[in-house]
Amino acid sequence: MWDYSEKVMDHYRNPRNVGKIDDADAVGSAGSLACGDQLKIYLKIKNGIVTDAKFQTFGCGSAVASSSILTEMIIGKPISEVRKITNKDIADQLEGLPPEKMHCSVMGYEALEDALQGYEDYQDLEDIRADEDKKQKIVCTCFGITENVIWDAIKQNGLTTVEEITNYTKAGGACGKCKGLIQDIIDTYYKKEESKKTEGLSPAQRILKINSIIENQISPELQKDGGDITLVDIDGNKVYVKLRGKCSGCKNSMLTLKAFVEMTLKDAISKDIEVIEVGA
Amino acid sequence: MDKKLIYLDNNATTRVDDKVLEAMLPYLKEQYANPSSMYDFAKASGHALKEARGQMKDFFNAANEKEIIFTSCGSESANMAIRGVLNMNKNKKHIITTKVEHPCVLNLYQTLEKQGYSVDYIGVNSNGELDLAQLEEAIHFDTALVSVMYANNETGVIFPIRKIAEIIKRKNPQTKLFVDAVQVAGKIPIDVQELGVDLLGVSGHKFHAPKGVGALYCNSKTVITPLIIGGHQERGKRAGTENVPYIVGMGKAAEIASDFLKYEATEVRRLRDKLESGILKNIYNARLNTGAAQRVPNTTNIGFEYIEGELILLHLSDLGICASSGSACTSGSLEPSHVLRAMNVPFTAIHGSIRFSLSKYTTEQEIDYVNSVLPGIIEKIRNISPYQDELAELKKLKNNL
Repeated sequence: MWDYSEKVMDHYRNPRNVGKIDDADAVGSAGSLACGDQLKIYLKIKNGIVTDAKFQTFGCGSAVASSSILTEMIIGKPISEVRKITNKDIADQLEGLPPEKMHCSVMGYEALEDALQGYEDYQDLEDIRADEDKKQKIVCTCFGITENVIWDAIKQNGLTTVEEITNYTKAGGACGKCKGLIQDIIDTYYKKEESKKTEGLSPAQRILKINSIIENQISPELQKDGGDITLVDIDGNKVYVKLRGKCSGCKNSMLTLKAFVEMTLKDAISKDIEVIEVGA
Repeated sequence: MDKKLIYLDNNATTRVDDKVLEAMLPYLKEQYANPSSMYDFAKASGHALKEARGQMKDFFNAANEKEIIFTSCGSESANMAIRGVLNMNKNKKHIITTKVEHPCVLNLYQTLEKQGYSVDYIGVNSNGELDLAQLEEAIHFDTALVSVMYANNETGVIFPIRKIAEIIKRKNPQTKLFVDAVQVAGKIPIDVQELGVDLLGVSGHKFHAPKGVGALYCNSKTVITPLIIGGHQERGKRAGTENVPYIVGMGKAAEIASDFLKYEATEVRRLRDKLESGILKNIYNARLNTGAAQRVPNTTNIGFEYIEGELILLHLSDLGICASSGSACTSGSLEPSHVLRAMNVPFTAIHGSIRFSLSKYTTEQEIDYVNSVLPGIIEKIRNISPYQDELAELKKLKNNL
């Protein structure tokens, strides 16, 4: 027997907002009959606000509860807020779901996303999921789970293992052939996250980081050759420096600047960095 | 809403018979001696053990008490039989079983495959009946073991063990036959001599004994290695101090079960049929998954189209009714029952398949109550289904009939 929360039980016993909206402004669905669960969600939207929402679900207790609470969470909310709802929010509202049932909350999120995507006001989802080909690429053929869905599940729930992905999305839960692919997706995701960390620096953090690299990595190298470098100013991606000691007036100073100083900063901070020497 | 317990999941486990518990209590209280001990105090437990062995011998109609080995459960009986036979026939690397065996057996075979055994899994038809032609074809000189359940736990479909034994004798008399009889014990008579089986396992808690005790019949011509090595208990076949109270309980349960076989065949069957025909009559597009196959008298497996089993079970549970489902969601495995898939149950019905399994304790009032509330539950769940158009179409078809 699953250890369902009181909230989950209340919602599958007395599901709210069941049915269909014939003149819905947005309709979304997720799952399929063959997979064992399917959800359809219907939205009425007026002046950017969800004025009504209804659902129809084929699935287990937690699938019905996820759909039911989702409709409660979005009615009366502006689209901009509804867009921010994740599967984790759905599970949290239900006071938690058993790990093996997290995919039910993901399904709610997928159906909502599907509905909003069809809605004309809806702009493309941010950043990394923008690649259309990737969105449609099916990873788990048994359950028809796309890379997009896995990506979202990782992002929203901080998943790190293939087993967790299976619990949240079902992917890999049947024949298991796609487990290697899922691992690749996890690896790629965390690599991107790592590189995003520096891109996401605030201007102040960025200045501090550039300064620290110049002082701790670049300057000591130049000092070995009797030269030195100081940071003069930073303006967007332009980094103004002053070469001193032997470097100043050295024939190779241009090479030092571009091949060493600029490359080091590009690797560590961003590939858009440009290093400019200011006069003595 | 009064919530009375209506237990219709007797293929999962059963209630301990009061008489069984009564028979066990002295061996949990004052008669606690180790039956291997030499003093007079140990005589009572020694005798009790012998009596229980006799009761199991009668239960199986075995030729000899020495052919009964007490175990801890059905899974141990199966593991002991299968590994025991294979260890004695190390040069033979082929095993035949079915696609619909209990996981305790299937998972063992998957492990054995990794260890170099080749395993043929015999399929079933859409009623869940075994493909005997395929089985016959699969037997060859290298076949160490054929392992077939007597009846399927999910569907109740009975396999023709005697016919299978005859086929084996004809094709390769060296091949041993192990029968997992967990789901027939107490439901239909077991006669190991008439069936012609070499090994047969049962589990006490499926016929009103407690959990934690089972038995393996191993005929005198079949030699197996022990699974648990240690003391001399069970003639060296299963070490460990005998679980006297539980063995006494199972012996008593076997004796009672023999007396109830007729009741199972008539009254339990009548109530099962009443439940089944009530469901099929009152609920459109409910599907008897086993068709006309021969079944144990207590089991019915019905698919409700376009809804999901777990939700049916949750609503039944709210009314105190216990049943089980082959749906993916209840197991947490994400895939629906391997048995129903082997039978090619349509995907519209496989997720909504429910097993009701009765016992001698099931009453007519209970069945009437289930029949009165189930249509409402199914209707309620179907009302939230996204397949309203399909359901409306099915309803129209049914009404036109």
